[in-house]
Amino acid sequence: MKIAVCVKQVPDTWAEKKLRDDDSTLDREAADGVMNELDEYAVEEALRLAEANGGEVVVVTMGPERAAETVRKALSMGADAGVHLVDDSLHGSDALATSYALAEVLAARNFDLVIFGSESTDARMSVVPAMVAERLGLPQVTFAQKVDVDGSKVAIQRQTEYGYDDVEAELPAVVSVVEKINEPRYPSFKGIMAAKKKPVETLTVADAGLDAAKLGATAAWTKVASFAARPPKAAGTVVTDEGDGGAKIATYLTEQKFV
Amino acid sequence: MAQAPLSLLAIDHLLTEEERAIRAVVRDFVDTRIKPEVADWFETGHIPARELALEFGELGLLGMHLEGYGCAGTSAVSYGLAAMELEAGDSGIRSLVSVQGSLAMYAIHAFGSSEHKEQWLPGMAKGELIGCFGLTEADHGSNPSGMRTNAKRDGQDWILDGSKMWITNGTVADVAIVWAQTDDGIRGFVVPTDTPGFTASEIHKKMSLRASVTAELVFDSVRLPEDAMLPNVKGLRGPLACLNEARFGIAFGTLGAARDCLETAISYAIDREQFDKPIAGFQLTQKKFTDMAVELGKGMLLALHLGRLKDDHLITAEQISIGKLNNAREALAIARECRSILGGNGITLEYPIIRHMNNLESVFTYEGTNEMHTLVIGQALTGLAAFR
Repeated sequence: MKIAVCVKQVPDTWAEKKLRDDDSTLDREAADGVMNELDEYAVEEALRLAEANGGEVVVVTMGPERAAETVRKALSMGADAGVHLVDDSLHGSDALATSYALAEVLAARNFDLVIFGSESTDARMSVVPAMVAERLGLPQVTFAQKVDVDGSKVAIQRQTEYGYDDVEAELPAVVSVVEKINEPRYPSFKGIMAAKKKPVETLTVADAGLDAAKLGATAAWTKVASFAARPPKAAGTVVTDEGDGGAKIATYLTEQKFV
Repeated sequence: MAQAPLSLLAIDHLLTEEERAIRAVVRDFVDTRIKPEVADWFETGHIPARELALEFGELGLLGMHLEGYGCAGTSAVSYGLAAMELEAGDSGIRSLVSVQGSLAMYAIHAFGSSEHKEQWLPGMAKGELIGCFGLTEADHGSNPSGMRTNAKRDGQDWILDGSKMWITNGTVADVAIVWAQTDDGIRGFVVPTDTPGFTASEIHKKMSLRASVTAELVFDSVRLPEDAMLPNVKGLRGPLACLNEARFGIAFGTLGAARDCLETAISYAIDREQFDKPIAGFQLTQKKFTDMAVELGKGMLLALHLGRLKDDHLITAEQISIGKLNNAREALAIARECRSILGGNGITLEYPIIRHMNNLESVFTYEGTNEMHTLVIGQALTGLAAFR
């Protein structure tokens, strides 16, 4: 079985995120880059499926040069090979453009299963897995808290507000996973050292046969008109409990329309 | 905007991506697995050594800088950085790993027969087997050549008698590397701890390294087969070579404890207000922070220099002495200074500082006392041995 895991490098979860003054895109240089947390679960699930069913795990990313670190992180966890789509013309791509680029890269490589984390911590849209599936004409079995592959079928438990749905699809298919699904492994030191020797295919937009006109900030369907920094936290309201603290808090919550 | 003490000097610029990746794994592991629990381990004087060893083994921490036999085979710098992150958790946790990898496994790896290596190293790398290292005796610390533990021939066998003191991992170990006098000088022996006549008893009432097992080993006519002896080294050169490995790790490790103290104290001082302003804003506090950050940065540059020398197979024992001497001393000074910044809060286990401070008292003494390293360097500078 050939499994693709799509991963994204995002600014460190705890870092303060900033937008660039020149083009209103996320300033990726301002903070350390890390693998999007949910993508670690996706890599882990791909590795487990490959270990159980046999097969190869290829990690796919689209992002600036230093996103190669995120590819290597997945390789150090145990993935077999990497594909890194990197090109200046990708900068500022929206979700539609991202899904177009990823779908083309994936389509050219004939995967049995494509696994995504269900959202990124920077954009938080959760739409790319569905868009990629649609572009590839594949079933999308998303928000999985459990994944089983049996022969030519994939069965998942889709996490819902009230529990889960059992969903099945024929392979090839696109799966996205939620954090409940597993506990991602640490890269072992041997894995870290072996990662350097694993093959990583670095592609430009031209290499991937993509139409640059459909990519980047100019092709995006939405634009940031303006932005402002979040105002500093205002001083909080101090409620002194004189035996009526509970009532005062209830009044406050009602006034603020929280309850 | 506050800047972390080591990012001030852009230390990461000196590291490769692989070194940073290994460090990141250990830092993450220490943050999630060690830091939340270690204060309780310290207070109760008990660590889950077996469980931890298996987890360390899975990461590849045990004997990580050794080649083959299931060891990761990383660079010396990576090993040092791992020691630093472990000791940012606790010196006792780092000690468990140092003794396993740099003392017990290294002794077998460097001086053992191929049978010794096959028998012990793969299980020790996985953390399924734990090792300890017996050199120091109650009456022979800085001067191990006077050791009383001895091994005598009985037919083809060896009979081991004597005792060893301050042995990290002693009561949880499956195998002890024991150094003993023989008719042929000091030799090393691979002693399975279930051999009749071997006993290990834990040393209690410690005020330092409480999240670490420390034991006394007693050998009462322990009968060992002929091939228990490490064949490939004779004399004190053997144990001293092992100690150099561990001391190298300590030169890095102590900086981890110091960094954790300094980061804790800085964040505390920024939040802590007296006279209506953060105590971090007072000049006296800032001078403390500056002096400590400068020492920490210098110590880091020294450790990295030693690491590069070691990776190029150029490092000398005197250079390792400089690293151990300086970094253990400065880390202890930093811990004490940070303790003063936290005031009363500095004496509780709610904060890591007094735990690091007490631990570093041991680290200052073990693996060559500060005095001995001073005299080793003095001898290198003058050609005169002051201690013999």
